[in-house]
Amino acid sequence: MWLFDRDLWIEIFHTLGKNMFRTFLTMLGVIFAMIILVLLLGSANGMSNGFDKVFSGTASNSLFVWGQQTSEPYKGFERGRRIRYKIEDADILKRQIPEIEVLAPRIELAGHSDIVTVYRNGRTSGSAVYGDYPEIDDITKKKLVEGRFLNQTDIDHSKKVCVIGEETYKLLFEKGEKAIGQDIRINGVYFSVVGMYKPNNNINIDGENAVFIPFTTFQKAFNSGDRMGWMAIAVEPNTQVAVVERQIKDILKAKYDIHPNDERAIGSFDMSEIFNNISAFTTVLQGFSFFVGIFTLLAGVIAISNILLITVKERTQEIGVRRALGATPKIVKRQIVLEAIVLTAFAGLVGFAVSVGILSIMNSMWGSGEDFPFVNPMISIPQFIISFLLMVGLSVLIGLLPANRAVKIRPIEALREE
Amino acid sequence: MIEIKDLHKSYRMGSNSLHVLKGINFKVDDGELVAIMGSSGSGKSTLLNILGMLDGADSGEYTLDNVPIKNLSETKAAQYRNKFLGFIFQSFNLINYKSAVENVALPLYYQKVPRKERQEKAMKYLDRVGLKPWATHLPSELSGGQKQRVAIARAMAAEPKVLLADEPTGALDSKTSYEVMDLIQKINDEGNTILVVTHEEDIAHMCKRIVHLKDGVIVEDKKIEQVRAEQYV
Repeated sequence: MWLFDRDLWIEIFHTLGKNMFRTFLTMLGVIFAMIILVLLLGSANGMSNGFDKVFSGTASNSLFVWGQQTSEPYKGFERGRRIRYKIEDADILKRQIPEIEVLAPRIELAGHSDIVTVYRNGRTSGSAVYGDYPEIDDITKKKLVEGRFLNQTDIDHSKKVCVIGEETYKLLFEKGEKAIGQDIRINGVYFSVVGMYKPNNNINIDGENAVFIPFTTFQKAFNSGDRMGWMAIAVEPNTQVAVVERQIKDILKAKYDIHPNDERAIGSFDMSEIFNNISAFTTVLQGFSFFVGIFTLLAGVIAISNILLITVKERTQEIGVRRALGATPKIVKRQIVLEAIVLTAFAGLVGFAVSVGILSIMNSMWGSGEDFPFVNPMISIPQFIISFLLMVGLSVLIGLLPANRAVKIRPIEALREE
Repeated sequence: MIEIKDLHKSYRMGSNSLHVLKGINFKVDDGELVAIMGSSGSGKSTLLNILGMLDGADSGEYTLDNVPIKNLSETKAAQYRNKFLGFIFQSFNLINYKSAVENVALPLYYQKVPRKERQEKAMKYLDRVGLKPWATHLPSELSGGQKQRVAIARAMAAEPKVLLADEPTGALDSKTSYEVMDLIQKINDEGNTILVVTHEEDIAHMCKRIVHLKDGVIVEDKKIEQVRAEQYV
């Protein structure tokens, strides 16, 4: 097969190699185009990865439900009634909605955003205090720097232990002081610190100035009885969060005599919505990058075609001689098209190598994703293959232009020219 | 070897056509060395182009080595050129980025001769024109006479039936011209058929037969006593 004809390739590389400068200039356009394409795509991917990392601590298929005030009178109740959940609601919901994977009830000391007194050695922190189940860690992951998170034993024995945020630590402890095993006082009750977490750039619903104690301990220590503040719920992977959210609300509305059309009584937050929005955003960004990159590439390939057209004109005499010496139109055509392909492919690879280098530098500089969502900017192999094939395909089409012109050169005219 | 009967050719120049060849009849036998002479515009280059299948005739017959040459496709013409003909041009027409030996090997490449054999053959013909030491030189590093000798080696490399030389000495000084003619004579001595287009009397007389063209017709066709170029070298 002619594709594997060594002589053909020698002839092509010979021609290109003997005109290094011209070859190089021709390639520049495609090299830059490829760099732009890969950098755009890589950055978009880096951004996408960065967002993934931001959300890595939070279960994407999750929602949060809390009680608010009713906005419609119903069944003899006036509007403005505060909805307070009971701990039994957790079991009711879990029983009635099998799609719920994890349900972590939570109770908060005082109301939402109210400040509680947390004391230690004369210092106060003004932290939020939550009574939690260990399952909450499956929904919003805490990045522990020391110790452990709450566990089932803490719940079973209502242990007076707590996990604190780094911000709380800074407010209550001296710099370098060891927190684990120390006691802090919350509204007069002492709790022993068993763990500390630090902010991890994730979505953080609880804030860093927070104290987590076992739910059961909370009930006893602060006399909250069977009250429950809110619920963090993770649904099964292939279930629509919005559907489950609807079901939960319906059940709760029936139980607490809330008007079916009352949208304000139950507060909820669908985490998956944010995920979907952001993944839609990054997908659009990637698509846009690809679009821009491909057109830049097209411009680069057209530049190659353009220069080949000029060189065909320049090489009129050479082509004429080749024809006189027995080169058939097919051979001439093939050679020009292959020159276009080789130039494009080689330039593409050079551009690819350069841009991958730039991306690695970008990665080592900002790729940790600490300051802004940008992690591991790199293009995927399918993206690379698609752009490469597209580029080579374009170069074949566009190489035909100069090739056809070369074939139109009649040897007699070519040889007369001088 | 070559037989032409009643060959006509005219070119369109705008609205009027220029009748360049007005019925050419001639025959070239094996081993002949023919000079085609004529002033510019006499049609000698057109005749050579038609003989070289670089151009088609309007009417008439052309037989080359008993093969009728008529209505050739570009591909077929290229193949016939490669097989039957060797070209020597006034302006040498070497490919300037290929070395001497690569230039000589080019027609063999189009004949699909394997690489190694190609190289050997090209070297052999370079040696025959006395340029073996210059094999790797680019045309720009060679003198005019050397370039023409490379071109001759290239024309011969494919071992064609006929060598067609279009003013082979047109761009050379007289001493180099004689060297080139000496080479052409020696190649002819080995039995090769050669046609030389020239307008120089002395060059024409170094051939064995002179065909005079004037206004598109052959006005004279005579065998002559060959002047050997050797004595001027």
